[in-house]
Amino acid sequence: MEAFQFDVPALPADALEAERRVREFLARERAAGTYQPHLSSWNTHDAEFSRRAGRAGLVAVGFPKEYGGQGWSMLARYVIAREMLANGAPCFAHWIAERQSGPQILRHGSERARKLILPKICAGECTFGIGMSEPDSGSDLAAVRTRAVRQGDDWVINGSKIWTSNAHNAHYLIALVRTSEADGKNRHVGLTQFVIDMAKPGVKVRPIYNLAGGHEFNEVHFNDYVVPDDMRVGELGAGWDMVTGELAFERSGPDRFLSDYRLMVELIDRVGTKPDAYQAVEIGRLVSHLSALTRMGTSIAGMLTAGKSPQVEAALLKDVGNVFERELPEVARRIAPVQPAPDDAGARYSETLSHIVQHAPSYTLRGGTREILRGVIARALGLR
Amino acid sequence: MSTTNPANETAEMSAIVLEQAERLFRGEITKERLEAADGGAWPAELWAAIEENGLTLAMVPEAAGGVGLPAADALKLLRLSGYHTLPLPLAETMVGAALWAEASGEAVGGPLAIGPTAPGEQLLIAKSGSDWKLAGTLTRIPWAAQSAHALLHARDAAGAGYLVLLPQGSGRIEPRANIGKEARDTLMLDGVVVPAAAVRPAPAACREGMLAAGALVRTQQMVGAMERALDYALAYVMERKQFGRELAKFQAIQQQLAEVAGLYAISSAAADGAREAWGRPGFEMSVALAKARVGEAVNRLTDVCHQVHGAMGYTQELPLHFATRRLWAWREEFGNETHWQRRIGEWACANGGEALWRALAENRFE
Repeated sequence: MEAFQFDVPALPADALEAERRVREFLARERAAGTYQPHLSSWNTHDAEFSRRAGRAGLVAVGFPKEYGGQGWSMLARYVIAREMLANGAPCFAHWIAERQSGPQILRHGSERARKLILPKICAGECTFGIGMSEPDSGSDLAAVRTRAVRQGDDWVINGSKIWTSNAHNAHYLIALVRTSEADGKNRHVGLTQFVIDMAKPGVKVRPIYNLAGGHEFNEVHFNDYVVPDDMRVGELGAGWDMVTGELAFERSGPDRFLSDYRLMVELIDRVGTKPDAYQAVEIGRLVSHLSALTRMGTSIAGMLTAGKSPQVEAALLKDVGNVFERELPEVARRIAPVQPAPDDAGARYSETLSHIVQHAPSYTLRGGTREILRGVIARALGLR
Repeated sequence: MSTTNPANETAEMSAIVLEQAERLFRGEITKERLEAADGGAWPAELWAAIEENGLTLAMVPEAAGGVGLPAADALKLLRLSGYHTLPLPLAETMVGAALWAEASGEAVGGPLAIGPTAPGEQLLIAKSGSDWKLAGTLTRIPWAAQSAHALLHARDAAGAGYLVLLPQGSGRIEPRANIGKEARDTLMLDGVVVPAAAVRPAPAACREGMLAAGALVRTQQMVGAMERALDYALAYVMERKQFGRELAKFQAIQQQLAEVAGLYAISSAAADGAREAWGRPGFEMSVALAKARVGEAVNRLTDVCHQVHGAMGYTQELPLHFATRRLWAWREEFGNETHWQRRIGEWACANGGEALWRALAENRFE
């Protein structure tokens, strides 16, 4: 078996500076009560918060200075991300842009796209959505049918995307579309990514409400939407390799094991300083998971900093991280029973639990289902 | 350049020792030898080769007569020994020798037994003229009957911790074994008198007892044995055919093995955390986190590795059991996961919810 190695690098100077800065920023935000840590997380949209984070120099710090970034390492970015999550910061307005769309444009976009978009991302003013899944193409991503047809210097896009988180707030999407037919042997050819400007005509957003009544998902319809060729991301037909590379960023972050971290905090405080044996054992068990997950996360950020592409390690981290995220509310309700209610104003633990129980099913779906991830791992094990 | 930089030199030295150990284990730990060890045989030649290669003194500083590898490197030897299911007390001897060197400044030859190995067991010690006198019975002491010395943690009436280096033949020994068929003897030590030179104040890593040092080495062995069990399972499903195709081609099999590969990966990360914590503040809590995480993973991992082997994995025909029986034994030794989880939980609750993150982020569990 390939011996999975998760060596933990020492934090470089930029990461230490990032840590100092983000802690200072978050302490200020929390002291001012700008958001509710126990009810928000990285997938909570708060444009003003993201703008303030951008002004504090905490968004997309890895981008080069010429595009508004600070040229810092992936470890610096990772440290900022995990501090945000540990504090329940509402990061969604800049999260996707910073985590995956921006890096794609930086690596594969045209110079015009870089100049136009990256500085806005760094300023925390630019919201992206991910246009990968389609009504008939979820986990089976190669089955996308949305089509772009060349017309002079432009492309004309028709089709639909689904599960597009935050499309209703997004300034841009990166959409994966078909630019030529799949050949019989290889379904992965003929896919290309484009930057979609949501302000232009020909794109419509329809909400899909989640089970808790929240509006995060959308359907996005393209009707003769025109995109110039210089908003293409990467070579024609290179879309498949790019999305698999992008998914390593999407899967490897602390957002795969810290989504419900605030419940951990609320749980410990609810149990109090004198836990009974059962409570202590279960909390200790969770902490033992978290500590190993944190090491894995730091290790992967180190691999990214070193220029590696840790796709398998990312799948492993997301898989075990999601198991933890899913288990946390279940442990909480058993060791600190409450009838969780969304309207338990003032009873933070109850509110948090109510929130998490209803959102936990999404953890093992978004960014690749548990089954898809295990397929990726199985391939690395040589089983397929 | 590399020979003039001490850090490079150390890294090179570690790599050489690890490679030698790997070669030795791979060549010498045969199925026949493991079966003989299961029957109670002591593979003396193998032990001699291990000592000759300096493995037992890997963690002991050069100044005290040891090899002087960094502990984080030396402990990788135990992961290897776990992978190869070495039927000898290298783990106990290595960590015991390091503790005694720290307490006394001297190297001690092996093999060494260490103890106590169970939470709640306690050896008592009291001054008796210029000597010390022991009281107590310790159970499940690894290879006590075969060891040159037993290195035991003891407490005096005031609660102070000591290390006692007890020569072979002290007190009475009752030979026993664990489910890995490794010797785990009972030591009856009431009234045993030891000279002052063999008693030292316990160093930091074992001030509270022998459990943390023991759990540290067991977690390293355990991730090694987990990797071996997974290797056996992967090889088997790629070879064994049913319904006209390899077991590996069934999604149900792939999904299960991928899941436990994740458990192996996270266990490995946890064990690394403990390995790197030797000699640092928060050592005991780092070990607690590792033993808890690794111990918990054993059940699901061995479950799947056995399941994919079908009935063959439940026999002595295939070698899987050498790894899995040891895992089932080791997870209970030096505190099982419940013991350590409780310690961690009490620590986390005492500090409060907001304090936990700093400890996690900075990897400082003081």
